[in-house]
Amino acid sequence: MKFTLSWLKDHLDTDATLEQVSERLTMLGLEVEGIEDRAAGLEDFLVGEVLTAEKHPDADKLQVLTVSNGTDTMQVVCGAPNARKGLKGVFGGDGMYVPGIDFTLKPAKIRGVESNGMMLSEREMGLSDEHTGIVELDSDAEVGARAVDVMGLNDPIIEIAITPNRGDCLGVRGIARDLAASGLGTLKPAGIKAIEGVFDSPIDVKLDFPAGAEDACSQFAGRLIRGVKNGPSPKWMQERLLAIGLRPISALVDITNYSTMDFGRPLHVFDADKVKGNITARLAKQGEKLLALDEKEYELDDTMCVIADDEKAEAIAGVMGGLESGCTEDTVNVFIESAIFDPVRTAVTGRKLNLQSDARYRFERGIDNDFAVDGCENATRLIMELCGGEPSNTIVAGDGPKWQRSITFRPSRVKALTGVEVAEDEMERIISVLGFGVDKLGADTWDVAVPAWRGDMVDEPCVVEEIIRVNGYHNIPHVSMERLDPLPHPSLNPTMRKRRGVRRTLAGRGLIEAVTYSFLPSDHAELFAGPNGVPDSIRLSNPISTDLDVMRPSLLPNLLAAVGRNDAHGHPNGNLFEVGPQFAGDDLKDQSLVAAGVRAGQAVDRNWMGTARAVDAFDAKADAIAALDAAGAPTANLQVFPSEDANTPGGPAWYHPGRSGTLRLGPKTILANFGEVHPGTLKKMGVKGPVVAFEVFLDNLPKQKEKKSQARPLVKMSAFQPVERDFAFLVDAGVEAAAIMRAAANADKKLISDVRLFDVYEGQGVADGQKSVAIQVVLQPYEQTLKDEDLEKVSQGVVASVNKATGGELRG
Amino acid sequence: MSDTETLKAELLAQVEAAADLQTLEDIRVSALGKKGAITAQMKNLGGLEPEERKAAGQALNALKGEVAKAIDAKKIGLEDAALNAKLADERIDVTLPTRPEDNGFIHPISQTIEEVVAILGEMGFEVAEGPEIEDDWYNFTALNIPDDHPARQEHDTFYLPGEGEKGRKVLRTHTSPVQIRTLLDSKPPVRIIAPGRTYRCDYDATHSPMFHQVEGLVVDKTTHMGHLKGCLIDFCRAYFGVDDLPVRFRPSYFPFTEPSAEVDIGCSRAGGEFKIGHGEDWLEILGCGMVNPKVLENCGIDSSEYQGFAFGVGVERIAMLKYGIPDLRTFYESDLRWLRHYGFSALDVPSMVGGLNS
Repeated sequence: MKFTLSWLKDHLDTDATLEQVSERLTMLGLEVEGIEDRAAGLEDFLVGEVLTAEKHPDADKLQVLTVSNGTDTMQVVCGAPNARKGLKGVFGGDGMYVPGIDFTLKPAKIRGVESNGMMLSEREMGLSDEHTGIVELDSDAEVGARAVDVMGLNDPIIEIAITPNRGDCLGVRGIARDLAASGLGTLKPAGIKAIEGVFDSPIDVKLDFPAGAEDACSQFAGRLIRGVKNGPSPKWMQERLLAIGLRPISALVDITNYSTMDFGRPLHVFDADKVKGNITARLAKQGEKLLALDEKEYELDDTMCVIADDEKAEAIAGVMGGLESGCTEDTVNVFIESAIFDPVRTAVTGRKLNLQSDARYRFERGIDNDFAVDGCENATRLIMELCGGEPSNTIVAGDGPKWQRSITFRPSRVKALTGVEVAEDEMERIISVLGFGVDKLGADTWDVAVPAWRGDMVDEPCVVEEIIRVNGYHNIPHVSMERLDPLPHPSLNPTMRKRRGVRRTLAGRGLIEAVTYSFLPSDHAELFAGPNGVPDSIRLSNPISTDLDVMRPSLLPNLLAAVGRNDAHGHPNGNLFEVGPQFAGDDLKDQSLVAAGVRAGQAVDRNWMGTARAVDAFDAKADAIAALDAAGAPTANLQVFPSEDANTPGGPAWYHPGRSGTLRLGPKTILANFGEVHPGTLKKMGVKGPVVAFEVFLDNLPKQKEKKSQARPLVKMSAFQPVERDFAFLVDAGVEAAAIMRAAANADKKLISDVRLFDVYEGQGVADGQKSVAIQVVLQPYEQTLKDEDLEKVSQGVVASVNKATGGELRG
Repeated sequence: MSDTETLKAELLAQVEAAADLQTLEDIRVSALGKKGAITAQMKNLGGLEPEERKAAGQALNALKGEVAKAIDAKKIGLEDAALNAKLADERIDVTLPTRPEDNGFIHPISQTIEEVVAILGEMGFEVAEGPEIEDDWYNFTALNIPDDHPARQEHDTFYLPGEGEKGRKVLRTHTSPVQIRTLLDSKPPVRIIAPGRTYRCDYDATHSPMFHQVEGLVVDKTTHMGHLKGCLIDFCRAYFGVDDLPVRFRPSYFPFTEPSAEVDIGCSRAGGEFKIGHGEDWLEILGCGMVNPKVLENCGIDSSEYQGFAFGVGVERIAMLKYGIPDLRTFYESDLRWLRHYGFSALDVPSMVGGLNS
């Protein structure tokens, strides 16, 4: 909402400066977004008159002028083609700064002729890019007057943001009312008087709505003014409209726009001679068409309200008038429409037609519900003043909406809800100036009548807000929060705390945290959606682009896409992880929290101490186990399910079928996937391999229980040294390492404290189809030093156990 | 000079001259060994008179001790020299680089959320969470956002095709539905913060279709707008690490709060350089207000008995301001160069007692 300072002062009697007004507006919740003081820096320039203009003796395109600034006469060399005797323009004298060319004037000789000052173009004044000639002012401009006054520039433009609840401030008068309530002046009377009609309007007005739709147009005040002469509106009106960005069209049209901005009261004017028969406010017929003032044709439906004559719709109610019945330069008889339309229906109509207008903007936020007739009277006055003519009697159809409402307000609630002390007298003053009626029913019970322009006032807190808003938010006390207990409790529950641990553990392992969108292109999603594809329930109805049209079924595609982008920047190696949601459907239970990561390219770059090593599945496996450990999973009990065994399927389809697996607690509960990303998947995403990945499903972990005690079991430290024994087994190549290790550990659970696998060998010396697997078994005695025969017994047990479980034989 | 004296001089000279450990060992054997010179003289003592024997014996023992001591000293010297020579040979180029290691980082969004939690946690707030795909009722209706409100339009809000028990499926446009779920599930007093992902149909230099918010909610019988002001001013000053940071509350409008406010912090743009703190300018950073009684009633809470406040902070916005990150969109691009530059160390866990600002 834009307005000028002088316009505000039409409604507000105040001595406040622009700065005071601006500061107060913001603190009233009418946030100032910009102030344009077009006179700033131009105050010194005066109206100058060219007394004589002669050709420059030594330059074709220059003239030598004598210019009067009202007190002195100066010689000025000027290059403007329009400089001529008698022209009144803007004169800048010695020492003045010319903003458009960043130059301070001083006496100079131009081609040998002395020049003392300058006649300015709009560009030189910094007003526009206009530079074809110097500014030409009206011939009646007073020589020596301030140019900014004559040019109408001395009226600063204020632009404020209006929150959706403050439809009443979409007119200058509403803004003035707020300022007055805050003590920055007094609200002047609106000065609207009834103007008596001198004849009966030949056009009648009727409201015709089906039951239930009556409030589409609840009131219509109309009036015909005959014998008007339309033409340009006066300079003061044009200047104000131009200042706020509206193009003057003609007096009749400008009056409607002026009313919209002045009182927030949109109007429409029909050329009465183009209206066939009477006017009816009704719902549009399905498919009815209307050519609007923007010269576009709109097809209407039967939910929309129109203003029609006997033949067809002539205006889209509250949104835009029709072109055919609109006023032109030739209009002689004009019919004024000042009506009240339903906010919601107007908004929906505008939205459906994709048609924005100043009128719609006001109707959908709610206008003054008791101003239709006054608006009509005000327009009548303006039309008669600017265009002449004589008015008919006013026709009023409908009673308007039922806006009368009162709120029970307890003054004590101001302190209770906001902590602000406001005297009751001051409360009463504030809401009275804002237009509320106050009826004190009891000590702490007021009956507060809401004014017709404050449809946003619905309950007691609204009134409290009005009082502290006008009283000033700076008067709200600063009261620091007190904890309920002296020391803080944890903000995070155990699961959240573990999640933070997962994040920081992964970062500690050299992975860099990313945050990627929760949506992605559907062709990427399909690659990670499992056998049934992406469910329709997670496809956005209104995606912002086809690149972001489905919720992610996995975190990996976005991370892999990031790998591709980083590679394109010349960074092929990189470790990324993310902790965030993935979506299997649109239900609450379908959203799950996942920690996922990727490692791309070289795990170890070539270096002087060793060779480069590409990432492999074990990097991802280690990440997954570390994340699970940080999440509090019982990692000692994890089972690894390799993917090549058909009976115990491993990683899903986006992993390399032979180089991936799952980590589970029991066969059913999958805690993590890990492995090399399937080369086919990478190829479809345009990402170079190798890339390994892991996904840890944090929601699948056993629930974190609040422990009763933080005490740990007593530490067991043996007095006896551990003993290590190595074994190499020949087994079938298909035997899983884990089976050998498990069998070895089970040989004597009491004595064997650890089994480490340190070699796997296939090739010369080992039969085809077999491999040699070497393990180190650590024996930790607690009661006495192991004797040779004890060692021998355990060793035999290990060999027997491995043999039984895997068929492995001790390698000779 | 007696024989003993002569022998001593000889032996000590030999020890002194020994160039390596083997020579020294040979000397030890030749002097102190079973067939050594001193041992031989010891054997001769038996033929002397008792008086003489005593004196000579003492002299020999002294000699033996002195020679042994000289040999030990020499041995240590030779060993040191040998070790030094060996170490000199083992010299490496310590300017060579170390083994390659990967450094991980925490994303600024995670770090900022942890900072916010650390500050508000000191004020007794607990973290709450909720789903990102919401039913319309939780995201809009319960928050007093009417059916025809512009925020519900398809150009503002992402919708999904399904219907839940409580209306059309929508990507939550704020973390406020967590307020609703918390109020429905628990009894006042309530003091929660809800950090999380939020979604709106906006994509340009200053808007992202996904961003993060931290929502705060207090509901009890006595908390008023002065507490809201205190809470947020204290928060802003702690978060930005400026003890006297100017903070301004301005009236505003949100359907779910009344009265409502927007909060500005002081800043300066003097000389084209943006700085938070005292200055001639204000910068809006969050919205807040007293919970609208309709929201409480929608959650089955008696609004004549309970009241409270709510606020919402944009995580990216305050991260950008604090850490000087110029472009919103870069948060989600996962560019390794950006993440390494703006990321945080794994061990840099925010806490108030540990200090939030380095």
